[in-house]
Amino acid sequence: MNLSNSLLLMILASSLLPGLAIFFLREGSHRLRTWLNMFGALLKLVLVGVLTWGVFQEQSFETRWLLAPGLELVLHADALSVLFVSLSTLLWLVTTVYAIAYLEGSPHRSRFFGFFSLCVTATVGLALAGNLFTFVLFYEILTLSTYPLVAHKGSADSVRGARIYLAYTLAGGLVLLVGAVWLQNLAGPVEFVEGGVLSQLPTELHGQLVWIFLLLMIGLGVKAALVPLHGWLPKAMVAPAPVSALLHAVAVVKAGAFGIVRVVYDVYGIEFSADLGVLLPLGVAAALTIVYGSARALMQDNLKKRLAYSTVSQVSYIALGTAIFGPLGTIGGVVHLVHQGVMKITLFFAAGNYAETLGIHKVSELNGVGRRMPLTTLAFSIGALGMIGIPPVAGFVSKWYLGVGAMQAGMAGWVLPVLIASSVLNAAYFLPILYRAWFRPAGAWPAEHIVHSKRETHAGLLWPPLITASLALAAGLFASAPFSPLEWAELIAQREYLR
Amino acid sequence: MFDTSILYGLLGIVLAGLGLHAAILQRDVLRRILAINILGVGVFLVFIANAYKGPDAAADAVPHALVLTGIVVAVAATALALALLRALNAHQEDADRE
Amino acid sequence: MNEAMALTIGLPLLGALAATVWPRRSRCIGILTLLGSGASVTWLFALVMRHGEAWQALGGWQTGLSIALHADALSSLMLMLTALVALAVSVYAIRYFRAQPDTSRFWPLWLLLVAALNGLFLSADLFNLYVTLELLGLSAVALTALGGKRESIRAALRYLLVGLLGSMGYLAGVAILYAAFGTLDMRQVGAQIGVDPASEMALLLMTAGLLLKTALFPLHFWLPAAHSNAPAPVSAALSALVVKAGFYLVLRLWSEVFPQAISAPGAMLIGALGCAAILWGSWQALQAQRLKLLAAYSTVAQLGYLFVGLMLLQLTPAGPQRELVFGAVILMALTHGFAKSSLFLAIGVVQQHAGHDRIAQLDGTAQRLPATTFAIALAGVALIGLPPSGAFLGKWQLLSASLAHGQWLLVLVMGIGSLLAAAYVFRVLGHAFGNAAFASRPVNVASEEWPALALGMFATLVLGLGSGWLWTFIEVAA
Repeated sequence: MNLSNSLLLMILASSLLPGLAIFFLREGSHRLRTWLNMFGALLKLVLVGVLTWGVFQEQSFETRWLLAPGLELVLHADALSVLFVSLSTLLWLVTTVYAIAYLEGSPHRSRFFGFFSLCVTATVGLALAGNLFTFVLFYEILTLSTYPLVAHKGSADSVRGARIYLAYTLAGGLVLLVGAVWLQNLAGPVEFVEGGVLSQLPTELHGQLVWIFLLLMIGLGVKAALVPLHGWLPKAMVAPAPVSALLHAVAVVKAGAFGIVRVVYDVYGIEFSADLGVLLPLGVAAALTIVYGSARALMQDNLKKRLAYSTVSQVSYIALGTAIFGPLGTIGGVVHLVHQGVMKITLFFAAGNYAETLGIHKVSELNGVGRRMPLTTLAFSIGALGMIGIPPVAGFVSKWYLGVGAMQAGMAGWVLPVLIASSVLNAAYFLPILYRAWFRPAGAWPAEHIVHSKRETHAGLLWPPLITASLALAAGLFASAPFSPLEWAELIAQREYLR
Repeated sequence: MFDTSILYGLLGIVLAGLGLHAAILQRDVLRRILAINILGVGVFLVFIANAYKGPDAAADAVPHALVLTGIVVAVAATALALALLRALNAHQEDADRE
Repeated sequence: MNEAMALTIGLPLLGALAATVWPRRSRCIGILTLLGSGASVTWLFALVMRHGEAWQALGGWQTGLSIALHADALSSLMLMLTALVALAVSVYAIRYFRAQPDTSRFWPLWLLLVAALNGLFLSADLFNLYVTLELLGLSAVALTALGGKRESIRAALRYLLVGLLGSMGYLAGVAILYAAFGTLDMRQVGAQIGVDPASEMALLLMTAGLLLKTALFPLHFWLPAAHSNAPAPVSAALSALVVKAGFYLVLRLWSEVFPQAISAPGAMLIGALGCAAILWGSWQALQAQRLKLLAAYSTVAQLGYLFVGLMLLQLTPAGPQRELVFGAVILMALTHGFAKSSLFLAIGVVQQHAGHDRIAQLDGTAQRLPATTFAIALAGVALIGLPPSGAFLGKWQLLSASLAHGQWLLVLVMGIGSLLAAAYVFRVLGHAFGNAAFASRPVNVASEEWPALALGMFATLVLGLGSGWLWTFIEVAA
């Protein structure tokens, strides 16, 4: 079983070691840095592929390391971890290509890519965490490694935005820590087991368990941008586009949402959660966030801020799916983890392209950009259609499952209106953009960087959004194919409900 | 029967109290140093007073050794304190001259 | 078996003497001596791990009369901390104290400091502890005044007077204990302690005196001036090691000598003072305009955590739970030692490059010294108590113990303390992101920057990921 013990560590090392090496590179060593980045990303992809195959075959992969009595670092791969890890790995590869092109010529690149790799290591560690302690450990390391990325540009705004980000996430981390310590005091070291571990506890502890659930949700909700804990997200838009793409599609926001999924399914257990009565408040909070986020997005003229509020809204679908009792709701929530990631990263890549190539930061400046940058705008359109929920882009699949799951759970009364309202609002803030981009005549661009080639912008900036847009399309079109995100989500739901 | 050793002990406590009082409340540094010395002497007296084991038995030698060590330490500490005070005063004079 | 302990104390003493006699060679003598005593500490560590403890009565006299040296888990760990930090600080000090009058003054005093620390951690006898405590205080004061600035001398003088008051309190307690129990050996006294007026008086005097030396709120007033006005390597040693020695003594006395005599309200008072220290120290650190003052107040705050841990220790009855908290407190003390020394050494590098340590004007310097900024980041992570530092593990255990005792106030205070620490750490680190001219190489000045970096890595990585053996060690050699 030696390979299985070290596979998880190797997956972590494949981004940690290149990251550490990059820190020590001179600023001028472009080639070496690019090589290290790509090597790490590709290696990780291969290793995660091996892992996926193994978990599908129901092999066990685990690594343990005792840090202190009762505090054991456990890395364990189950179906849910594999879902998140593969998403992170694939999107990291794409974002690395994008970032290399985006940051061409800017200073502090060694520092950037060093922390970039650390950030991915933390995300992967979080995904592979086998118990609550390990999860909290990597959760906090994620906060630390993303701070330098948000502050990267070094302007006063960036540093201020990064400080707000830190204030929110550290406070959230603290609340999460207190909840986790309290839970461990009651129940011993809390391992993630499909179906949950807490249902065996005596009834007099149930009151405390509800309080602990609240603390954990608050702690996780900061990163997952649940209203009213979402305040850091729009402020963090001061980061460079690759960082916004990574933070909002993969790392930070998904870490929070992933944590919520883990706590409800693998710590409390879905049936026990329903018994405790904590699912309804969670669902209500998610619903409020979905509507509020979409409403705020409507009011934003800055493109990245609009996308940020859209993220606030969309990530709560995952929390909503968790709150809906029943396999279909679970599938909807879990698969949206992947779908939202792929769609949102496309949108952010496109926004980054607009800013880099044409100096566009506002929605009002987007007139006619479809003719100037057709491929980018095509990618953007696919992502936007997915957000609204129009088939065959992947977003439709998630919303479908959420709706049907709600009907089955008898919660259709309020969930369906929320889903419909959200889709309408999404349309309201995305369709005008598409109209402007494709059908309005172009004005003068704020700051055009002439690219001496037939392409509309650099290759490194163009390919990533096209790739992720096709993935979003494929995830929807080929949803029933083996190893699609949907099939994987069904596998997860199967294992959660079938104890 | 009122033992002299008890008298010494009480005297030690009184001296220690006086020294402590002065060390905390006095403003002048030199007086503070003196006060701490008196505090030390008081504590040593308490130690010594305990060495008395009655009219027949020999005095306990251990407190003697301890107090001797303590006196040496107190001398060293006082010397250091006075040296620092001198240096501080030298700085003060330089500042006054300017 | 016994030579290890004697060497650990004797080598630095001899080194101090040699450095006084041969001032030109003092740097060489200093480093060699510290390497030698470091080796004997390692030897001792191995011995304690194998046999559970090491014991020696000096001069061959029997217990009660002789000066006994004793090494158990706690002593060995503190000795290890001292050896590693002293070595790193010495490497830095070689460049820092390059000029001649400073060099010949620094090394003898420095070696005396290390000798005093080693002696303190190895003493099993109450009066011997007094002697080493005084030696420690005097050499620390003299080192603080090194450099001769008016501020340093004034701070050093105050430190001395306060320290003397503290030692006198301790000595008075020893006098009472000797009068009551006729012995000075810690174990023998511990066996006879009860809830009688003599024990309580001694406990009060000794604890008060030691709290003065350990700068627990509100007796901390001397620390910020002393630690912020001393030369950088000295500040590192003061914050990392000297105040720890005071805490070590309180821990020892409370665990081994006085456990019967301590009442719950007494323990709660110490805990409350610890909470006040955390909040007050962190708040003052946040307001500080200079890096060194920030670091000094941070020490005041971090010591508060240790005393909160002490209170939890007192409240927990003997058993595996208590071992857990004991280990957590030690881990936090060790992590803070490495982190704080790393921070002060890094500040020293910054000060030498920029000419000042004002936080508001840190931009250019922080970006020209990436390795040092990274060291500050590592130290900062350990001070806040975030993973992967050892302080994260310690904090978890302390929170767990607080919740187990229902002490929600402690949880709240520790939480606020962490957030405040994050605020003042990232206030400094925010200056590393700016648009000033930046360095193209990660490490600029090797011999200056490496000690801070190494200490920082110890605090945040080694102790965070590799300290599982700590608890087994304590169990084996308590």
